[in-house]
Amino acid sequence: MIGGAAGQGMDTLASAFSQILHKRGYQIFTLQDYMSRVRGGHNFFQIRFSNEKVKSHSEELDGIIALNQETLDWHIGRLKPNGFVFADEEVKSEDKRLITIHAKKIAKEAGNIKTISSVTLGALTKLFGMDETFVKEIFGEKFDGEVTEQNMSSFKKGQELVDSRYEVEEGESKKTMLIQTNEAIALGALAAGLKFYSAYPMTPSTSIMSYLSRKAKNAKMVVEQAEDELAAINMAIGASYAGVRAMTGTSGGGFSLMTEGLGLAGIGEIPLVIAVIQRPGPATGLPTRTEQSDLKFVINASQGEFGRMVIAVRNPEDAFYQTTRAFNLADKYQIPVIILGDQYLSDALQTIEPFDLDRISIDRYLADPKDYENGKVYNRYELTESGISPRLVPGIVPGTAVNIDSDEHDVVGNITEEAAVRIDMVEKRARKFELLKTELIEPELLGEKNMDVLLVGWGSTYSPISEAVDKLNETGEKKYGALVFGDIWPLPQKKLMEKSQIAKTIINVEQNHDGQLASLIRQETGITMAASVLKFDGRPLSASEISSKVKEANR
Amino acid sequence: MTNSYQYKTFETAWCPGCGDFSILESLEWALTELELKPHEVLIVGGIGQAAKTPQYLNVNGFAGLHGRALPPAAAAKIANHNLKVIINTGDGDSYGEGGNHFIHNIRRNVDMSHFVHNNQIYGLTKGQSSPTSDIGHVTDFTPDGVVNQALNPILTAIALGAGFVARAFSGDKEHLKEMMKEAINYNGYALVDILQPCVSFNKVNTFAWYKKRVYKVTGDDSYNPNDKIEAMTKAMEWGDKIPLGVIYREDKESYMDHFDFLKENTLLETPYDNKLIQSFIEEFMQ
Repeated sequence: MIGGAAGQGMDTLASAFSQILHKRGYQIFTLQDYMSRVRGGHNFFQIRFSNEKVKSHSEELDGIIALNQETLDWHIGRLKPNGFVFADEEVKSEDKRLITIHAKKIAKEAGNIKTISSVTLGALTKLFGMDETFVKEIFGEKFDGEVTEQNMSSFKKGQELVDSRYEVEEGESKKTMLIQTNEAIALGALAAGLKFYSAYPMTPSTSIMSYLSRKAKNAKMVVEQAEDELAAINMAIGASYAGVRAMTGTSGGGFSLMTEGLGLAGIGEIPLVIAVIQRPGPATGLPTRTEQSDLKFVINASQGEFGRMVIAVRNPEDAFYQTTRAFNLADKYQIPVIILGDQYLSDALQTIEPFDLDRISIDRYLADPKDYENGKVYNRYELTESGISPRLVPGIVPGTAVNIDSDEHDVVGNITEEAAVRIDMVEKRARKFELLKTELIEPELLGEKNMDVLLVGWGSTYSPISEAVDKLNETGEKKYGALVFGDIWPLPQKKLMEKSQIAKTIINVEQNHDGQLASLIRQETGITMAASVLKFDGRPLSASEISSKVKEANR
Repeated sequence: MTNSYQYKTFETAWCPGCGDFSILESLEWALTELELKPHEVLIVGGIGQAAKTPQYLNVNGFAGLHGRALPPAAAAKIANHNLKVIINTGDGDSYGEGGNHFIHNIRRNVDMSHFVHNNQIYGLTKGQSSPTSDIGHVTDFTPDGVVNQALNPILTAIALGAGFVARAFSGDKEHLKEMMKEAINYNGYALVDILQPCVSFNKVNTFAWYKKRVYKVTGDDSYNPNDKIEAMTKAMEWGDKIPLGVIYREDKESYMDHFDFLKENTLLETPYDNKLIQSFIEEFMQ
């Protein structure tokens, strides 16, 4: 764990160490925990690496790099008995595990006080028996020549400070991606042919926009920072109407402002993908922390009745592939599709298998302009059996007009208050939603197929639940299994119905107070939970927390 | 008048004698004279009586949300800049509910025309004050008269850096049509604030009230619309004398001019590049 105040260089250190581990072929999971401030406070990174797949964070620590006193005081209780603490001279402790690294002094001697992190990095890598391989290359990407040399010199001095302590096997995974889930969402959107992204910055969704902004020129797309979330969603809707794939992203607070626009996409039948990256609410809540408390909100947001889809992302691979699928579903059903993530997953940096573009396709489901070139009348809201009307791009076929209306409208797209037309249109939109239900992806089954205890969860808790189930099954007392939902609205029910017949006990595992998935399951299926594992302090649930709470609940 | 934009076959929801009819007529006329084909035009509205304009023309129409006409209009233009994008909506929609979008779309400067049907009253909700109602105006919600200062859209737009700011009057269709044509041809955000009597709910700012006060700067050689200070002074005239015409004009780069890759193709036509996406994936690898 690397902890300190904002501005002390933790990001540099954590990022350089993660990159070294990645290049050396290890599997990594890096958790980010930060406060909503630019300077000061207490922030930390937790890096876990192995040759095995590492999917989540762990409560226990092998080492602490304490850039300030708070880090040591607050986290020493989590340190293993044989662990280590690195700190500079101003951090005091009687603990025998403390190793004082005079990083400031050494950095000064090396001619650049800003190279403190490199001294620590040198000592840290040495502890794990790693030399300077890849280090210069990593510095070189970040700094110019002279500064790289100064950092290298500090790094080498750092290496002299300690002896190797851990014998680690050589890394075996030389072909992986090191990526955050928000970047995976952004990359998924680009792979799906995203052309227009409009958003207003809001933690923890902002990194989607940052990535897209960096790639925009190259990818020949437009990223627009809107004046507010009302504009953000309405712009994305306007671009989508005009025929390009469009998306917006925000967190719960911004999504509150987008709810009216969501309804417009619903009644206007305009495809739209929205990434909602949750943080604890209500209102401003805990801006930089994690929670899964917007499930019911996104499912129910906006007045009136209309179909929408909500996909909770479970890891970076899921985020990538599900984002590309979200665009296809939005286009196919002409509905808004929400990608639901959270801070824990979005900011975590992890190694994964490279994305495979052969696994995705771009399906636009647009009407063929040729069908209307001979004077055939085009009606934007033609009544069809499936409820899906032909969608023509405006401006490409002479003699056609593509009309959208937020009022209830007739087949042409003109305002109407006629009762019969209203009924037709409501039923048409409802038919699309029924059809969507036939292509849902069932939740992933983890652990034992014939379980005594069934855990249910959704989204980001996928990996901690998966580890927890493995751990629980090792005890051999009972058989544990889990269903973790990705597609969550409409709620896929087949596997849940089947497993609920087998399991004696069902427990929901969620990062919220009210048990929103439990409530949704009860509403849709009548199935009730025997117990709940809930966490709502803004900090992520770990596998060990889940397993101990499940045991407790199940005693 | 018969043209390819003519009224659709169903009844309008406007009161007889409404200024909206003249605005609609001038717009049809302007589009005809500009020889734009109906499928090349997109009319965007918010909510309100003016915002119903897209329903009554045979062009692409986007009747969105109250106050939110500008954002989808701007984005539709960005997505396909071959569309001529025109916003027809009211003073409440443009300057009240949509105030933030008014400010920032001037900054954004996407090539589109914003025709505000400014009747200084809320018509659809039956007679409440609008952001442009003058102090003292007695309405449903202000029985003792409006106390909030009226927003001056012309002065605001110039101050915010709009490059085309004009005022017209629904009672002078020929002049209104010319203002519309100029605005449509202008490369960037163009505002035409159109004074329009509301026969049902505004008994103060009537046709006669406007008729008595308006005069044209159009054709007046002594007035220089390229001079920002002169324009701002002119924009402050309101009351006994109300200037009509292009109050301010400055030619500059519009939003789209900043995107080199949009010079050849529209965003809609930009091809998908599988190899590029693969290279993005590889950037995350060792």
